Amino acid sequence: MINYFKEILVGFWSLLAGMAVTIRYFTKPIVTVQYPRQKLTMSPRYRGHTEFVIDEETRTHRCIACEMCNRICPSQLISLQGVKVDAKKKLPSRYIIAYQYCSLCGLCVEVCPTKALKWSDEYLLCGFTREDSEIDLLRRLQDQQYAKGWPLTPIPRPKPEEPAPAKGEEVKE
Amino acid sequence: MEFLTQMLGADVARMVVGLIAIIALVSVNALFLIWMERKVAAHMQLRPGPMEVGWHGAVQTVADAVKLMGKELITPTDVDRPVYHLAPIVIFLPVLLSFLVIPFSQTLIIRDMNVGVLLILAFASLTVLAILMAGWASNNKYSVLGAIRSVAQTVAYEIPLLITLMSPILMVGSFSLADIVAAQERYWFVLTQPLAFILYIVCATAETNRAPFDLPEAESELVAGFHTEYSGMKFGLFFLAEYTNMFIVSALATIFFLGGWRGPFLPGIFWFLIKVYAIIFLLMWFRWTFPRVRFDQLITFAWKILIPLAFANLLITALIMKLR
Repeated sequence: MINYFKEILVGFWSLLAGMAVTIRYFTKPIVTVQYPRQKLTMSPRYRGHTEFVIDEETRTHRCIACEMCNRICPSQLISLQGVKVDAKKKLPSRYIIAYQYCSLCGLCVEVCPTKALKWSDEYLLCGFTREDSEIDLLRRLQDQQYAKGWPLTPIPRPKPEEPAPAKGEEVKE
Repeated sequence: MEFLTQMLGADVARMVVGLIAIIALVSVNALFLIWMERKVAAHMQLRPGPMEVGWHGAVQTVADAVKLMGKELITPTDVDRPVYHLAPIVIFLPVLLSFLVIPFSQTLIIRDMNVGVLLILAFASLTVLAILMAGWASNNKYSVLGAIRSVAQTVAYEIPLLITLMSPILMVGSFSLADIVAAQERYWFVLTQPLAFILYIVCATAETNRAPFDLPEAESELVAGFHTEYSGMKFGLFFLAEYTNMFIVSALATIFFLGGWRGPFLPGIFWFLIKVYAIIFLLMWFRWTFPRVRFDQLITFAWKILIPLAFANLLITALIMKLR
């Protein structure tokens, strides 16, 4: 008989304890983010595609087009071209990553001798074609500079290739 | 109003106006309750709930209702046609009639009958019949299982419900709901009958087939229970009846234990609605807190705990009334 009432009281108390939990959650602030109108700030450890570090002093990138990243990339997805702007200095004229092949291994970021690359916090990656996932880092850099109101880094043009040897000479045999 | 009174006589005119008001109340109440249920559920799970249609999704249920009305009424081939078509009406009609005797305020009552409580409870038990009709006529194993569970549950829980309500009735000495409210002039009955109040809330949750007693339509086991085969507005009627039943049991709780329309400053109708929606919030709170009970637990709970406690409560009340 005592057990009967004890069971009822203990059961009733546990129900009240459960209700206390839910009402506490009821009064807590909502965690859902209403996506298109609100956006989360990505955590600093988030790995998006790579992008150029903007040097605070020079207000431009630090890439010297040494092609280390291009060589170490296991997926061979970086297409990089450098141009000699004067006797000592070489700058990239084209730096495009085919992001659809990227495994985010981070070797390019590690190997870079001037620490010119970093992870972006870009997560809006949808597109309609495969070409939409090819990211031009130089253009992206210009966009970021424009957003900050800084002077844009001009994209140097490669010298026109030397004309191919005339055909007549090649067909000798 | 004058014209209606002259044409039909005061009594019939009162009925007609009352019924129209009831239908309006039932629809608005259901629209509001569905929105409230979704909001309460969402906030307990740290979500915002419907946000897109109207202010904080307030018109979302209206949009859903329009969609529901636009849907095709599918009648599966092998159903028992007359019963299948009748079931939504049978579930909805008694729900409407129950409002006849509910006193919304001192004067706002369509008809004060001296058997008000019995009328509501009698109509409430018609719901079982409708659920059984729907489940049987659908010719679907899930529907039948849902209907069987529902009948067993409702029959089991109606007994403690009636016995529980007998205690306040003994104290008042009348079955009329207006008299019961009038008797709570000095104090609410929840103070003198706390056990009866708790028992009533438990039985009311079971009577309205809500979680944790939602076995008849357990989504994870029986698809949708007895209304699996219904579509469009027929399903809508079941839905409407379910939410209106919630309103009715909460209104009964308000009248019996929380002093009905009594309260300071505001007019009676406001106090009545505030109390009713507070009880409904309690029922929703239950739903999003407790997991569904097993069937043996359900029946054991009714016969071994609720009914003895209700009887004990009734006996003690009767004893005190006799000795006083």
